[in-house]
Amino acid sequence: MPGAIYAEGLVKTFGEVRALDGVDLDVPESTVLGLLGPNGAGKTTAVRVLTTLLRPDAGRAVVAGLDVLKNPTAVRRSIGLSGQFAAVDEYLTGRENLQMVGRLYQMSARDAKKRANELLERFNLADAADRTAKTYSGGMRRRLDLAAALVVSPPVMFMDEPTTGLDPRNRQQLWEVIEELVAGGTTLLLTTQYLEEADRLAHDIAVVDHGKVIARGTSDELKARTGGERIEVVVHERADIPAAREVLVSHGLRGTVHEGCTVEQHTRKLTVPVTGGAKLLAEVIRELDARGIEIDDIGLRRPTLDDVFISLTGHAAEGGREPEGTGEDAPPDGPRGTLRSTSESEEVTK
Amino acid sequence: MSTVTDSLVLARRNVIRMSRIPEVLLFGLIQPVMFVLLFTYVFGGSLKIGNTTDAAVYKNFLMAGIFAQTVTFATAGASAGIAEDMHKGLVDRFRSLPMARGAVLTGRTLADLAQTALTLLVLAIVALLAGWRPGYAEPTNLARVLGGFGLLLLLGYAFTWIGALIGLSVRTPEAATSGGLIWLFPVTFISNAFVDTGQMTPWLRHVADWNPFSATVQACRELFGNPGVTGSDAWPMQHPVWASLLYSVLIVAVFRTLAVRKYRRAAE
Repeated sequence: MPGAIYAEGLVKTFGEVRALDGVDLDVPESTVLGLLGPNGAGKTTAVRVLTTLLRPDAGRAVVAGLDVLKNPTAVRRSIGLSGQFAAVDEYLTGRENLQMVGRLYQMSARDAKKRANELLERFNLADAADRTAKTYSGGMRRRLDLAAALVVSPPVMFMDEPTTGLDPRNRQQLWEVIEELVAGGTTLLLTTQYLEEADRLAHDIAVVDHGKVIARGTSDELKARTGGERIEVVVHERADIPAAREVLVSHGLRGTVHEGCTVEQHTRKLTVPVTGGAKLLAEVIRELDARGIEIDDIGLRRPTLDDVFISLTGHAAEGGREPEGTGEDAPPDGPRGTLRSTSESEEVTK
Repeated sequence: MSTVTDSLVLARRNVIRMSRIPEVLLFGLIQPVMFVLLFTYVFGGSLKIGNTTDAAVYKNFLMAGIFAQTVTFATAGASAGIAEDMHKGLVDRFRSLPMARGAVLTGRTLADLAQTALTLLVLAIVALLAGWRPGYAEPTNLARVLGGFGLLLLLGYAFTWIGALIGLSVRTPEAATSGGLIWLFPVTFISNAFVDTGQMTPWLRHVADWNPFSATVQACRELFGNPGVTGSDAWPMQHPVWASLLYSVLIVAVFRTLAVRKYRRAAE
């Protein structure tokens, strides 16, 4: 039996661009699928097809047991959509927004009012309920948008980049809300540009690029393919690079894509994939110190979307890692330009 | 799902929006009031209606034209409002809800109708203060005057559906504001609204006589008992009330169909 969200061979072209190029998805009931990919990968198009906003050129999709193309109205009764941009009316108050959505889900005026109050309470918006959404902060608007998507407690939810553009605190809050929701049994399809987010929220991750699913698996499986965590060291003296490299290689993880240690000569930066986290980091620091190697910077880096992409496709995520104006709340940055430094490291080895 | 309930829910939304941006309503009122005063005092006395250039006659001739032009200007509001909805992501929410397809557009046009009614009320009061008198040329009664306003509202409602289609067709809300407005100038000026069409060149007069807008103006002059009812042989000028009704219903039928279809297909 297909899952709560099922898609087969979805194709959608816009002029020359193949936004979806044969996408298959299967999300079992009460689980979360994270659709991970850069801007322009086709994530939003996939969500738009599954939520009946867009007709695919080819393929089939079933949501909550209903065919998206044959029975769009019934599908709309069973889904909630929280889009990339908070889809609330700025000139309406939070309460009016939620009541309107309730009414449009065909609730009676009384039920819509009651439900709006519940949601305002639950999403911590009760104090701002009678202010226009125009006066809300970005985080409040997202919460209101999410509340609007939950008016009928739909069994299947779609969230398109729910935290893009939010500051870390608001992102954290929203994650908690989403986790609560999933614990309640909702099936969720979530798109994100952040591996960290997919990691935390999704049971399964599908990596999308150029309209295709290029990898699928749990976050651990993907990380294993990506190289997982890595230690990054910047030594003070260029002369210390070979010695530092020796230390790192002895603790590094072998048999991955990033086999061995990569070196950026001009920045005196060494990177090695590891497992073992903070404990290992402490060991490496002690050993470097014992050998008298002076370090400017050291840290444990988690893989980013770029790392996943480089390891899966050989190229960095295209179309920019994130939209403008969100740089401040990006997750911790991993090493960039890993391919280039790998070739440099080979020179060092010779 | 119910088209009527959904449309009313969205009409309510738009009325709330309008009440939260009262400047828009205010400017919408100032413009026609300005037109009443400018036309009355600048053109009045120089324009010949029938066989006279009497300023009082022109004043009474003019009002039906100003009223009709005012109701058609609601088109620009509808066009801008719908374009804004389409570009702000809100439309995705609406389209993912189990609601009637045309309700977003119907809700907007109904709200514009309410706004037009309010504008018309204020304008009628200003017109009365400026010296407009129903029954100035021919006897009339309250029912006929109200009938005239009914035709005006219907014309305004019909035109907002043209505005809806424009709003759905342009790429930015800014383009919708001007796109919703500019074409109204030829439509409202190549008509019997401000001048006696008898003085136009024959081909232009022909256009003016068959202009749907002229039919409503002519019907209002007849119903208000105001001067300047043209004696043209054109069918709409001979049967202006019927012509006005027919034109308006036809415009709603055609443009509502086109707009709802375009709304459904938007972004596909």
